[in-house]
Amino acid sequence: MENIGMLIDYEWCSGCHSCEVACQMEHGLPVGQTGISVHTVGPWEIAEDNWQYTHLALPTKQCTGCVTRRAKGKLASCAHHCQSKCLQVGPLEDLMAELSNKPSQALFFIQQL
Amino acid sequence: MEESRYLFVDHEKPFRYKEGDLTVTRGSAWSGPGCHLGCGVLLYTDEEGKLVKVEGDPENPYNQGRLCPRCLDLPEVTNHEDRLLYPLKRDPTDRGKDTWKRIGWDEAFDLIELKFKEIKREYGPEAVLFMQGTGRDIAPYITRLCWSFGSPNFSLFLSGAACYVPRVIGLAGTVGAFLVPDCSQVHPDRYDNPEYCIPETIFIWGNNCVVSNSDGFFGHWVVDLMKRGSKIVVIDPKVTWLASKAAAHLRVRPGTDAALALGMLYVIINEDLYDHDFVDKWCYGFDELRERVQEYPVERVARITWVPEEKIITAARLLAQSKPAALEWGVAVDMTKEAIPAGQAISTLFEITGNIEVPGGMIVPPEILKYVGGWGKDLLPAEAAEKRIGQKKYPLFASEAQPDCIVEQLETGEPYRIHGAWIQTSNFLSCMAADPQRLYRAIKTIDFIAYVDLFMTPTAMALADVILPAATFPERNGIRLGDGAQRGETINKVTSIGECKSDMEINLELGRRFNPEAWPWETVEEMFTFLLKDDTGMTFEELQQKAPAYPPFEYHRHEKGMLRKDGAVGFNTATGRIELWSTFYQSVGLDPLPYFEEPSPGPGATPELMEEYPLVLTTGARTWSMFHSEHRQVKRMRALHPDPIIEVHPTTLERFGLRDGEWVWVENQFGRAKRKTVATPVIDPRMCSTDHAWWLPEGDPESFYDVFELNINNLVQWSPGKSGFGSNYKTALCKIYRIQEGE
Repeated sequence: MENIGMLIDYEWCSGCHSCEVACQMEHGLPVGQTGISVHTVGPWEIAEDNWQYTHLALPTKQCTGCVTRRAKGKLASCAHHCQSKCLQVGPLEDLMAELSNKPSQALFFIQQL
Repeated sequence: MEESRYLFVDHEKPFRYKEGDLTVTRGSAWSGPGCHLGCGVLLYTDEEGKLVKVEGDPENPYNQGRLCPRCLDLPEVTNHEDRLLYPLKRDPTDRGKDTWKRIGWDEAFDLIELKFKEIKREYGPEAVLFMQGTGRDIAPYITRLCWSFGSPNFSLFLSGAACYVPRVIGLAGTVGAFLVPDCSQVHPDRYDNPEYCIPETIFIWGNNCVVSNSDGFFGHWVVDLMKRGSKIVVIDPKVTWLASKAAAHLRVRPGTDAALALGMLYVIINEDLYDHDFVDKWCYGFDELRERVQEYPVERVARITWVPEEKIITAARLLAQSKPAALEWGVAVDMTKEAIPAGQAISTLFEITGNIEVPGGMIVPPEILKYVGGWGKDLLPAEAAEKRIGQKKYPLFASEAQPDCIVEQLETGEPYRIHGAWIQTSNFLSCMAADPQRLYRAIKTIDFIAYVDLFMTPTAMALADVILPAATFPERNGIRLGDGAQRGETINKVTSIGECKSDMEINLELGRRFNPEAWPWETVEEMFTFLLKDDTGMTFEELQQKAPAYPPFEYHRHEKGMLRKDGAVGFNTATGRIELWSTFYQSVGLDPLPYFEEPSPGPGATPELMEEYPLVLTTGARTWSMFHSEHRQVKRMRALHPDPIIEVHPTTLERFGLRDGEWVWVENQFGRAKRKTVATPVIDPRMCSTDHAWWLPEGDPESFYDVFELNINNLVQWSPGKSGFGSNYKTALCKIYRIQEGE
């Protein structure tokens, strides 16, 4: 049994949409559907020169964890193409260990195989 | 293979291999569809040779596996149902009508050869214009086609050539070479290279680089460097995502960057924070510069630029203290009328602080082919060069014809009439032309227009007599020689669509018909080998296997006699030094020192217009999924940015009685364009910002896909700076008001 997770360091997510399009092309999804979706908080000004402006990618029900792809030794398509290199997909236990390394990260438990 | 001095990375597999049922081909991306980079890609094709998937090449140090949405979606561009598949012809009396007839390649080439040779015989070769779009790796062959035909009039329909070239020419006139920020892109081992040092601070000036990826600079390198400890300072009117991460964000008024840089120079020089050793040894004209900057005290600069005094001082001190500091600048510097002194002022900041040719600072990019100057200028006879349009008025234009002068000449026929035009992948009526309706009127009467592109465009529909269908990059071979630090990379053919030919095949075939001696190659691959062989020691086929190939690189080349042809130490200028006071500008009658002039019209230059047009308008905001006028018909990309938008502060919208998400006219004294409002606090209430190059592929071909309703350049004038470079694309005035029903 394997638990698959997705770890996102949202301090660095630029909102570039590469994960979304990579996922859609990898899995042949129609326009408008995706296995990962980028959301934005803000932008608003909290105080002078201090802005709330954060992007965060969320795995959807259509995320497969790229199991077949990863079995070939590749990264999940979203992680492979992430322009900020702030996204990982892999065994949940490994990612849980990484979560405490720095703040502004989010961990998703995607599925159990 | 001869011994190459170049450096390589290890590859696990050959450049073409099987993965299950698919064939994978490693190589480089490049235009078209357009981009400014040329990342390492893996192209996946099925048994029928159809392109089915694109991935980033993890072995390529340039992008390290990453890709932007446009390359990921490449199969939906290459295989798009709207691609032009065959050459088309239309009677010149039918221009603007959808009455195209399919013809064969032989007929198309014969017709173009016949018409251009006729014009050449009757009026001289200079009566044919050769125009390109943003060009990129296809550009060198277009210049060669022009010059080997005998015409000096290679150019692009961009007022003031206001993109990249002003900065390149400006630095050529002061440093004798271009400078790029050192993000370790010259080293195959990148950030781990033992000689490399991360910039302490990166100044991101007029460039939302994570979105725009301009001029060979992979924007997310900035994120890589921030993760490794670099600070950033952002100079941008808008609060971008990067700006929200900056140690200092200077929200400069559009078009006043030169004043800001001069104000920072005022601080650095008067507080004695500059690098005395570097200035003494390697710079020329410091005393004159010191005197000039006294005209720009911080208090005055704050008033001009909208940037508070303390921020100007903070940024200046941070620059002086950062060892090293690097500059990543963008097209905003060029898209103001006095672009040359703006670029000069900004680059001077990094020169007098000793950040030139140091690891993590500003470096002269290695070049395999001199790119901006074009390829094949030696083919143009001296007497033909004399006839280059605009050269007498603007002597800085030594390679391309001056675009604003071309438009005037089309209108007046003085000093000679233009009879033909070769337009290769330039949809200028939607994208780069200022006042597109003026250009349309000026050019539509010329005798013969041949056009090359991937898709039907408003420009082709309005003007072309013959259209040749161009290949996207997976359909053809090529080499990646262009912007930024060059490296040896090949673009590799993996698929075919219709009867499309590559830009280079088209240029080679026509070149042979015009001037066979100038095009002695049987195939484009032989031509690529000719370009590569001297420097890399490799043929095209050898480079396909080995790429990417890195030219050997050293820092501090000015100290080692490596920047001048004569082998002397110093820089490639008349004085051998970085010319803070430019002998070159002086020699062509331009101010040798940097200066600021108010953009006109604008709040500083034309206060009387502010009542009617109360907002400063900046244009050309980049989006994730579209490159200039491309991608509008590609559904997945369009879904990410469905409409042309104008970003406005919520209080400004309220002031004009408008709502978020509403269609408005953006209008000024020159024209108007439709936009959809986006309320956002990231825009200063005194201005608004919009994207560019809109048309609707789903619209009516015979109304040119609504281009004249949507083109924001309806509000922009042909308005070059004193040098002929620079133009006010990003600094206009406007008002916005609701579109009435039925409009």
